[in-house]
Order: sequence, then structure tokens, then C-alpha cells
Amino acid sequence: MSMVALVLSGAAALLVLAVLGVVCGRTGAGRPLIYGGSLLVCIAGTVIAGMSIAGEPSTIVLPLGLPWLGAHFRLDALGAFFLAIITIGGAGASLYALGYGRHEHEPLRVLPFYPAFLAGMTLVVVADDAFSFLFCWELMSLSSWALVLSHHRDRENTRAAYIYLLMATFGSLALLLAFGLLAGPGGNYAFAAMRETAHSSTVLVALVLSLSLLGAGSKAGLVPLHVWLPLAHPAAPSHVSALMSGVMTKVAIYAFVRIVFDLLGPPEWWWSLPVLSIGGTTAALGVLYALMERDLKRLLAYSTIENIGIVFLGLGLAIAFRANGMAGAAALALTAALFHAFNHMLFKSVLFFGSGTVLVATGELNIERLGGLIHRMPYSSAAFLIACLAISALPPLNGFASEWLMFQSILVSPDLPQWGLKLLVPTVGTLLALAAALAAACFVRAFGITYLGRPRSAVTEQAHEADRYSLAAMIGFAALCVVTGVFPGLVIDGLAPAVHGLVGARMPPQLSLPWLSIVPIADSRSSYNGLMIFLFSASSAILAAFVVHRLASRVVRRAGLWDCGYPGLGPLTQYSAASLSQPIRRVFGSYVFRSSERVEMPAPGEMGPARIRKTRHDMAWEMLYEPIVAGVAFASERLNMLQFLTIRRYLGFVFVALVFLLLALALWQ
Amino acid sequence: MLLVLLLAPLLTGLVRKAKARLMRRQGPSLIQPYRDLRRLLGKDVVLAENASWLFRVVPYVICAVTWVAAALVPTFATGLLFSWSGDLIAIIAMLGSARFLLALAALDIGTSFGGIGSSREVLFASLAEPAMIVLVFTVALVAGSTQLSTIANVMFAEGLRVSLALALFGFIIVALAENARIPVDNPATHLELTMVHEAMVLEYSGRHLAMIEFAAMLKLLLYVSLIACIFFPPGMAHGEPSLRAYAIGAGSYVVKLAVGGLLLAGFETSIAKMRVFRVPDFLGVALMLGLLGTLLLFVSRSL
Repeated sequence: MSMVALVLSGAAALLVLAVLGVVCGRTGAGRPLIYGGSLLVCIAGTVIAGMSIAGEPSTIVLPLGLPWLGAHFRLDALGAFFLAIITIGGAGASLYALGYGRHEHEPLRVLPFYPAFLAGMTLVVVADDAFSFLFCWELMSLSSWALVLSHHRDRENTRAAYIYLLMATFGSLALLLAFGLLAGPGGNYAFAAMRETAHSSTVLVALVLSLSLLGAGSKAGLVPLHVWLPLAHPAAPSHVSALMSGVMTKVAIYAFVRIVFDLLGPPEWWWSLPVLSIGGTTAALGVLYALMERDLKRLLAYSTIENIGIVFLGLGLAIAFRANGMAGAAALALTAALFHAFNHMLFKSVLFFGSGTVLVATGELNIERLGGLIHRMPYSSAAFLIACLAISALPPLNGFASEWLMFQSILVSPDLPQWGLKLLVPTVGTLLALAAALAAACFVRAFGITYLGRPRSAVTEQAHEADRYSLAAMIGFAALCVVTGVFPGLVIDGLAPAVHGLVGARMPPQLSLPWLSIVPIADSRSSYNGLMIFLFSASSAILAAFVVHRLASRVVRRAGLWDCGYPGLGPLTQYSAASLSQPIRRVFGSYVFRSSERVEMPAPGEMGPARIRKTRHDMAWEMLYEPIVAGVAFASERLNMLQFLTIRRYLGFVFVALVFLLLALALWQ
Repeated sequence: MLLVLLLAPLLTGLVRKAKARLMRRQGPSLIQPYRDLRRLLGKDVVLAENASWLFRVVPYVICAVTWVAAALVPTFATGLLFSWSGDLIAIIAMLGSARFLLALAALDIGTSFGGIGSSREVLFASLAEPAMIVLVFTVALVAGSTQLSTIANVMFAEGLRVSLALALFGFIIVALAENARIPVDNPATHLELTMVHEAMVLEYSGRHLAMIEFAAMLKLLLYVSLIACIFFPPGMAHGEPSLRAYAIGAGSYVVKLAVGGLLLAGFETSIAKMRVFRVPDFLGVALMLGLLGTLLLFVSRSL
């Protein structure tokens, strides 16, 4: 059996599980059966992806779908890499859900859709014709929509699901049109035929590029198409949030890479301009939004937007390099982008798992009401901390390795000949650095307010450590963050076949280098060794602690905290999440969110309280979506009068329309 | 690597002494920081009741990470043994790790002092770090490398460049902010409303405080060495050095440190501390200088 057939049978097994979920969702055996089955299928899928990433592409045509086309499936290196992202992320989420799913009140709303969602994502990365691609894409969208709606009694969630459905439909429409243009008038919907066709017309190429940016970008969460993401991702149960943020956005990246790097043919340099500028903007804006957020899961969703921006930034650089024939640099940028996508799957899963454990333990996601959880949840807080360090791009963890590669590829870009790029690349480089630094601020806030300090409300009093399955998933993924950070060469070399297939070059082999350093271009230019930094730091920290405890003092006295002479300062005197980010809001927010603060003091002698009023605007909603909504409302209001006409008028309309169409037909021929 | 361990408190002592003399005070002796560290190490740790494991682990990690970062900066010779294990970007990011952990430790006890320090620190960092990265871009584009040994080797041959002059100014601004010096922060202050770094470490005592103080000293030394290594490499032993070259290198390194420390003391005495919300403008200058330098180099390699 070929590899792709194995993947298809895995997806079929997941669909069978979905049916079983309907049958035995209510019984006690439902949860272990569905999640355990998904876990096994995902582990098998990871093995298949690992085996086929370096092998020859395998194809299969099934007599399904359009009768004259059949359903084409193909597993190549790129597909295998993204399959690995899906299956690893899916395995983690399934393991986590074995424990977490116990707290689900209406399991029948989750269990059937969860395996179907996994199956949809798996099928997208092996689909090899436009019809099956879009079909599987819709399967993924609709099953995830159902999962977003699983807690449907909450009005917020139904609104989130509605907006998600609208945006998903819009995205699919854009992709449908893009594939239509790629297929041409002959209707060659198989990807193999699209690859053969030379797409020479500039208008057509520009259309396909912008449609794929719209279609894939709306699923991935590029600004300003991101509005659904912070609503929908947190609304789902936490393991599904982890899948949507960590994995489904990667499937969207896959769609973009597949269309732009593979199907559309050799790139022109100007393709990179929109990708770079949207990527840079998304990275910086996403993290600023995250810094303002006080709902833990929403904060994580906004940070997903930031990371998607970083990935698109790398893709834009790769397009620019490839168009100018700099294959080595293109390989570097593309590797950085895909590596970051992989890393983001790892740490964002841990973070969403952590938010789920917080939700189970306290019933609260508003971080202003949390605090001090590190004492009650020591293991999950440690895993959460590692993921926070990783997502803030701090060495020696994996987020730093991929962003380091990104910076290295920016440093190659002065060789680009075009002036537009020469001016744009340093600017987006600055945005990337800004996003990384703000992400660190954001996760100091997220971890510090949630897990550290004194409890801010009574909800944390009953908090308890998460169950074994959840902890295993969190700690396992946190360990993977460390491993891929310390041995980045593993992933880089694994990516080499996929990168070579897309840009015609690969990064030099890394695993054979002494001490497992990574050297993107040349030794003298730059090198980084996560292993060394990790070993040096860890050993000197342990040595320092040992020496100090041995030779100096080891006495610990416990005392009250420093209260400045005012005993009995309550937990509410602590810094809150809003006050922690207030300086940043004041510095950046006045431009980005038009935010303002006003202090209203009562008049002297008046007994009323002083108030501080904050205002903040979401420009994406106000500038883009509200006008669209208003326009739609206006148009429907106007068209509404069509409903109340007499029969004569309707007949008149029909007649005019007929004449008009006949005229058009006559002119056409 | 051991050299930086030994010299770091001396540099801090020198700065304090020079500042005191400039204010016509006698000032503590040069080796007072060593005595302070010894005293702190011998004292008991007084931990707040709700301190978590993070609070107790962080001082050692910060100290270790800062030390490893400082050890990656070439001091008196360019051929550093382990220089391949991290480049300039990695060094900056390691300092970022240390700061991340310290900002978390400040939030651990749950006092508003820790919060205020942490909040301001992440604000400054969110501007200083990108500024530093862009400045590194400038330097790396001139040298064609982010590897510090290579940069130092290239800089021997470099003449005056507009972009490097911009970068030097930017580096100095960032170094002042990162080391919590006037005009961004005052290392000697104990007035609550003006503290940033001191507010974060307010709950620390004994050996933990010693570790953090020592990390701060190392960081100051790191930045002075970094500026010396990138912008003033003459005197460093490079190529196939002899023992004599090493001696000259070591001597010139000490002189550079002393000059750096004295300049810092002079600058700090002659300027007042800024309001917190003026600091972003100050750091924005560094960011813009770096961006300008990088843009110049993107436009023409010869600027």
C-alpha cells in the first residue's frame, strides 16, 4: 500500500470514529473510544509523515468526486511536513482531551465533530485536485464551526460561530475563484495540470495571488481578515482551540504555500510586496491586540495572529529571493517560515492546554480574577512557563531558533536588486523585532498575572492540579519545545526535501555539523548552537546554586511581604493585567487603537468616587466591517421593496430581464 | 570567561567611585562591590510567605544566563573559543531571557512594587530590544556577519562610516536603558515612584540578591565590552596572536573598560532622570537611528 493510501485509510478511520461518536457519544465509553482512537490514528499518521517526508511523492486516484476528474490524492514532501504538524498536534490534543473531555457537559456536541475535523485537515494536505481540496477544506471548516458552537447556550459563542461561518464561506469562495483562474477555460482542476500550465498574464497572476491571500489569509487570520479568530478559537473547548490555533491555521498556510509556491509557477518579485507588508502588519498588530486582552484564551488567539504574521513575513522573503534567483536565501527564508509554523503548533498547543486546565480548575478565564495558581498547579504552570518562554522567542527554546533564522534571512536581503524591497525589508525587519519584544511583554503579563502573585479572587481557592492525561500532553509538548530548540537541526534537515521541492535549493545539512550547531550560510557569517547555550547556562546555574549553598549561606527564613509600613495590604493592591500593560497601551495604543484615558475627579466636597475612563477602538471593525455591514443593511433595505409589488410589475421585470439577456446573447455572438 | 567574572564588580566600583568624586564626595572604595557581594552571600534569605519555586530559582538562572552571554563577547582577543555557539542576536536574546524571568519573579510575591517595576521594565524592553536588533542589523551589514569575532576582525579595517556613527549612538542609548542607568532609571534610588530595576528586586535578599546584583554588574561589563569590541577594536589580539599580543590586548581592554566606566559616570552626573513616559521617546531615537543606519546600508553598501 502506498503512503498516500495509508493516509487516506487513516482519514477514513477518523471518519468512522466520527460516526461512532454519534452512536456512543452519550455512553461512558464514548470519550475514551473517540479520543483514544484519534490518538492512535494520529500517532500512526506521524510515523507515515516521518517516513514519507524524504521519499518520492506517492499518488492515488479514487473514483469519487467529479465524474470526469476523479479524486486525486498525492503525498509529497510539503504535504508530509504539514501532515506531521497535523498529526503531532492532533495526537497532543487527543491525549489532552482524554482527561479534559471529562468536563464536557454535552459530549455529543463535541465527540462526532472532533475526528471529522482531524480528518478534514488531514485530507486537505493530501488533496491533489481543486475539487477534493475544496471539499476537504469545507469539511474542515464546517466541523470546526460545529465545534465552536458546542457551547451554544452562550450568546457570545453563537455570535462567534456566525461570524466564523461568514468568514469561512468568504474564504472558500476566494479559494474557489483562485482555483478556477488557475484551471483556466479548459477546466484542468487537477493540480498536476495546473502545474504544467504557464500562467503568464500579469492580471491573472495578480488576481490569483490576491484571492489566495484572501482565502488562505482569512483562515489563517491575517489582519484585517482576523476578526473572527479571537472570537471563534476561544469559544471552542480548549483542546479544539489548541487544534484550531495550532493546526488549522497551519493548514491555511499550507494552502497559501501550495498555490503560490507550487501551482502558480515561478514568482515575480512584486508578489512579495503584499505578503511582506501584510505579514509585518499582522505580526505587530496581533501582539498589540493580545497585550490589551484580559481573557486568557482570547489573548492566545491574538498571539496566534502575530505568529501567523511572522510566518507570512518569512514566506514573503522567500518569494522575493526566489524571484531574484537567490535560491539559497529563499531556502533559508522558507525554512525559517515553516520551522516557525511547526514551533507555533507546539507552544500554542501547550498554552491552550494550560488555559483549559485553568478553566477546569477555577471556572474563570478572565486573568484579572486569577493569580497565585503556581502554588496549586505546579506542573502545568511549569509547562505553561516553558511555552511562554518559547513563544517569546527566547533562547535556548524553539521559538528563538526559527526567529533567529528569520533575522538571518533578512540580513541577506540587501542583495535584492529592487528598490521597493530594499526599503520594505528593513521596515518589516523592525516590525518583526518589535513583535518579538512585545510578545515577551505579553507573556510576562499572561503568565505573571495568571499564575503568580496572590489570588485576586476566591475562584482560585478550590484550584487543583490537572489530571494525568492533560499533564502528560502539556509536559510532553513542552519537552518537545526544548528538544527542537536545543536541536533545531533536526527540524531544519527534516524540512530540506520540502524546501528543495519548492525553491530548488535547501539549507546546508545541519545535523552533520560539529556540536550540532546551525549554520545557515557560512561559519564566519553566523552560527547558533542551542545545545551549547542550554548546557552552559544550565550547568553554570546549577554550579552557582551549589557553590553558594555549600560555601555561603543556605538558611531560609519566611516572613511577610514588604508592605512599606502599611500592614494588611490586600491582593487587590497588586498590579492587575490592565495596569501592567497600561504603559504600553499609552505608548502604542494611542496610534493603533486611538485609546485614551480620562480621570474624572469629583468636585471638592462631593462624596462621589473618582473614576478613570478608558476608551479603545478596534480599527478593523470600525474601518472595514461596520461599513460593510451598514452597506449590506442599506442594500437589503432598498431591495426589500421588491417583495411588495403587483403581479404586473413582476411580469414587467421578467420581460425586461428576458430582453436584456437576449440582447446580451446577441452581442456576445 | 573567568575574566569577566572577576572584573565585573570592579567596573561597578569604578563607576560608583567616579560618580562620588564628581559630586565631591569621598565615595566607597573601588573594591566595595566585592565586599557587598560577600556580605550578601553570607546573610540569611528572607523569603516572603507566598514566594514560589520560580522566585527562588530565577536568581541563579539570571546570573548564569548573563554570565554565558558576557562570556560570548570577545574581550581582549577575537578568537574566542566558543564564539560559534551564539552570535550577537543570540546574546541579546539571552539577556532578554534573563529580563523575562526577572520580570516574572517581580510579579511572584504580589506587591505593587514588583508590578510597577515589571510593568515599566517590559515597556522599556519592548522598545530597547527591537532597537538593539536593528542596530545589530546595521553592524552586521557592515561586517557581513553577526558573529562577534568576525565583526571585530572586520572592524579593524573599517574607517569612518555614517551608518556606524548612527549605530554607536543607538548602542549607547540602548546600553543606558538596559543597564538601568540615568536618565532611564537610577541605580541608586530608593524612592518608590522612580524605581524600575530596584522595584523588581525589592523582595530579594541575601544570596538571591547577591546573584541578581552580580548579574547586573555582569550586564554592565557586557555592554561596555560589546561597544568596545564593535566600535573600538584596536588593541585586541587577532589573527595568530603571540603572548605579547595577548598582553597588549588585556591591557587595552582594561583601559577601555576604565574609559567606558568614567564616561558613564560623567554622563550620569551631568544629566537628570527622565519621566517614565519620556523614556519611550528616548529609546525611539535609538530605534530610528538603527533603522536609518540599516536603510542607508540597504541603499548603498558603502555608507
